[in-house]
This record gives sequence, C-alpha cells and structure tokens, in this order.
Amino acid sequence: MTRNKEILNSLITLTVREVRRFLRIWVQTLVPPAVTMSLYFVIFGSLIGPRIGEMNGLDYIQFMIPGLVMLSVITSSYANVVSSFFGVKFQRSIEELMISPMPNIVILTGFIIGGVARGVMVGIIVFLVSLFFYPDFTIVDPLLTISVLILTAILFSLMGFLNAIYADTFDDISVVPTFVLTPLIYLGGVFYSITILPEFWQKVSLANPMLYVVNTFRQGMLGVSDISVSFSLIMQVFFIILFGAFALHLLKKGTGIRQ
Amino acid sequence: MTDFALKISSLEKIYASGVKALDGIDLEVKKGDFFALLGPNGAGKSSTIGIISSLVTKSSGRVKIFDIDIDEDFNEAKRKLGVVAQEINFSPFEKVEDIVITQAGFYGISASQAKPKTETTLKRLGLWEKRSEQARNLSGGLKRRLMIAKALIHDPELLILDEPTAGVDIELRRGMWNFISEINNQGTTIILTTHYLEEAEQLCKNIAIIDKGKIVENTSMKELLSKLDVQSFVLDLTQPLNNLPSIAGYTMTLSDPSTLVVAIEKDKSINVFFSELSKLGISVKSMRNESNRLEELFMEIVKSND
Repeated sequence: MTRNKEILNSLITLTVREVRRFLRIWVQTLVPPAVTMSLYFVIFGSLIGPRIGEMNGLDYIQFMIPGLVMLSVITSSYANVVSSFFGVKFQRSIEELMISPMPNIVILTGFIIGGVARGVMVGIIVFLVSLFFYPDFTIVDPLLTISVLILTAILFSLMGFLNAIYADTFDDISVVPTFVLTPLIYLGGVFYSITILPEFWQKVSLANPMLYVVNTFRQGMLGVSDISVSFSLIMQVFFIILFGAFALHLLKKGTGIRQ
Repeated sequence: MTDFALKISSLEKIYASGVKALDGIDLEVKKGDFFALLGPNGAGKSSTIGIISSLVTKSSGRVKIFDIDIDEDFNEAKRKLGVVAQEINFSPFEKVEDIVITQAGFYGISASQAKPKTETTLKRLGLWEKRSEQARNLSGGLKRRLMIAKALIHDPELLILDEPTAGVDIELRRGMWNFISEINNQGTTIILTTHYLEEAEQLCKNIAIIDKGKIVENTSMKELLSKLDVQSFVLDLTQPLNNLPSIAGYTMTLSDPSTLVVAIEKDKSINVFFSELSKLGISVKSMRNESNRLEELFMEIVKSND
C-alpha cells in the first residue's frame, strides 16, 4: 500500500469517526437548531414579521432566513469541533491519534471535515424548516450560497479547533461561544439590515466579522447585501489560511496536547 | 540492518515546572527481547515511554526505533510501534469492534482490511462476544485487553506495555502473560513496565531499573537475580515451637509459633540448614520465598541510590 493511500485511509477513518459521533447524538446535535429556529420563524417571522413590514425590499421572514441559517451553521460547526477535540483531550483518546503515524494536517482536516459536515447538515435542516414558513423561497445564486456555506463552516470549525487546543476545562470551551460568538452573530445583521442603524452604529457594525459572513450568504440566497461580497470572500479565505496554519503550528509544537 | 529495536542516548526531559524527569539516560533494547523497565513512581519510566511514543516532547538526546531517528521521521518510526498506555485512552461511547477498526484506520489500514484482523485479535483476547457493546460497559480487565487489541492491530514490531495488568485480577493477569509471551515468541520485541515484579521476573529476559531519572541497573534478568546476597524463606512447621531455635550462620525469627523465617546468604547451603533443623527435631510442612527475589533486589538497588 502506498503512503498516500494509507494517509487517505487515515483521513477517511477520522472523518467517519467524527461524523458518526455527531450522528450518534443527533438529538443533541441536529434537532436543537431545528427547534430553536422554528421558534424564531414562528415568533419573529409569522407573528411579529408582518408588523415590521419589509427589510431591504423583502418580506421580513424572507430577509431573516439566510441569517438564521448562517447562525446555525456557525454555532454548529464551531460547537462540533470544540467539543469533539476537547472531548478526545479530556478522555485521553487524543493519544490514539498522537501515537499513530497520521500527519498533523490529516488530524486537523479530519476534525474540520467533521465540523463542516455538521454545520452544512444543520444549515440544510434549518433551511428546510424555513420552507414550512415561507414556501416560495428561491435561492438567487446557488454557487455563491454553497461556497459561503462551506467557507463559513470551515472557518468556524477552525476557530473551534483553536479554542479546544487551548482549553483546559469545560468552562474554557463555553466562554467563546457564549460571550463572543453569540453577541457578534446577533449584532451581525441576522435580524436587521445595518442601513436602519444610525450612521455611527453602521460604522461600528462594519468591524463585526459576522456582518460579512451573514451578508455574503444573504447575497447568495436573496441577492441583497449591506457590504462588498468580494471583500468578504477574500477575508474568509485569508482567515481560513491564517487559522489553519496556526492550528498546524500548534499541533506540531504540541500545545495543549503534549507535555 | 540494526540489531536493536530501540536505542536511546543521552535522553533528557525537563518539564515546564523545572522538574528533571530524565537525566541523560542511555538504553538499548535488542530485537526480539522481552525487556523490563522498572522503577519506583516518579522515577522517569512514563516520561521515557511518553517520549518514545510522542506523548511527551524530549528536552535533548536521541531516540531511534529500529534505527529510525524520531527527529528525522517520527511517523515512519511510529508505524513499527504499538503502545498499551497506562490509562484507558479510548472513547467509552464507541463499540468495541469500532474502536479497534478505527485504530487500524489511523495506521492507514482500511476498514475492510482491518475487519478479519480485528476478529482474530478480539477472539484471541476473549473480546469477540463483546464486540457490539459500548466500551464503557466492559469490566476493568476487559478494558485492559481492549487496549492490547488496539495496540496490536497494525502488527507492531515493538510493543510497549505500560503497566498493562494494573488492577487486573490474577486469573486474567496470567492469561494476559501467556498472550504477551506468545506475541514475543512470534518475534515482537516487548518493553514492559510493571509494579508486579513477579510478572517482570517471570516474563522478561533483560531489565533496566530507572531511579531519579537515571538508569541504575541494566543487565540480564539472570545476572541480576544472581546478585541477590540473601534470600528469606518462610517455613510452615509441623509442630509449633515455644523458643526460637539457634543454628550457627543462619538468622532466624519466629513470626508465630508455627512459622519460622530464615535468611540464607548466597554462599550458604539450604541442605545444611535443613539437616540442622532435622537434628533439632523440627520438621517443615511447606516452604516459600518471603518476598519475590526481584522485589528484594529492586528494593536494595533503589535504597542504595538514595
């Protein structure tokens, strides 16, 4: 067997294990976003939405759908990798990987594919749920939509991986999602267009990276955006390369996993 | 072609806390050997094994596994290595069979290729009936056996067993000894660390004792045991004694009226001692070593290093 074939087998093994892990606990990983987002669609979309009227020339519920899909993708892909990698550290099954001849890039890629798989799966589930509330939804640019979906899932999976490397306790893996990610996502244009904000807050909003992610996805799904899509895509790719290189550096150094 | 499965030279490990766990150790383990690495807690055994298996980063020194320098191609060296870690290190929520097949996958073996080997290994270790159970439902002994199955799935040439029988009952322990001896007889080099010195004495051909980060003894088991100056025996007597008998040249104590303990020096004869006992009209029902021979030597060596 060639070395490349062995490496591919290793990657498939780790990926299958990661996907099997979140599918085994589907009640915790796949169902909650569907339930939570259904409530958002009922309350903000169907009940309050008609009173709000249009946002950027679209029905409010229609405007909200890409934001809520993105919110689910971001939180799910991040949560998958942070909990899975911290879990293997905590249970010491990280030793199985470290003792094996798997290159670090294969270990990183396996965990990231696991995070992307869960993020994309949850995104599709939430989108299908949204169709119950807005059956006429059509995706304007499927290629851009899928590209942003995957890039976002990769980016936040990488962030979850970095969080897990540095985490020593269960508190450490909940601090970033609770106190950083969630506020940034909610203030990143999921529920509103920044054009309704006063000028000062519009400028402040531009410093929020989630605004770019949400708006690029909205551009793909609905054809409307508050920001430059090409700039956003370039920044996503840049941060994926940056975080990926940093994660590989930490794995090589053994930070958080090797004494 | 090298004759050595493992070559360690001037290996040092200083932890971030400043603790010097390894103070420039040198160690060689020949191919096909069954090698005991013994030492008290905190002596440096786990640090040594951790460095060989990449769980610990060395501070300095060289480690070669089958002549492959871990600094040059650690991944290639890891292919030849199987490790049974001291602590259980598999996911408790996975099924037994999946754990072994997944481990094979980490070594580049596809699931379809790993299945027949998994079946054979699990059967040999008495785990086949439990293959569909979650690992958390296994008893402590079965979890230990699963650790061995995992470590063997890629046919390693060097198998490191870090206290593989800790907390395992005697029946299961003996079963594991037989299994491990078989593996060694088939050509796999084995390095064993254990606190059961009887286990090391029975299984291992060569031995190194590590203490305070230094190798304080490194020889064959036979040679080491021949260094024992005094052996203590416990004799169960047929009739109880009221007073301690006296035989010139032999130190005795009565632990109770029916149990006599005698220390016999290396150059003294047991036969002479028994004939002297007969002359005193004392007859012996049974006899055993007071403690394991290796244990006595181990204590002597570690004490002299204090």
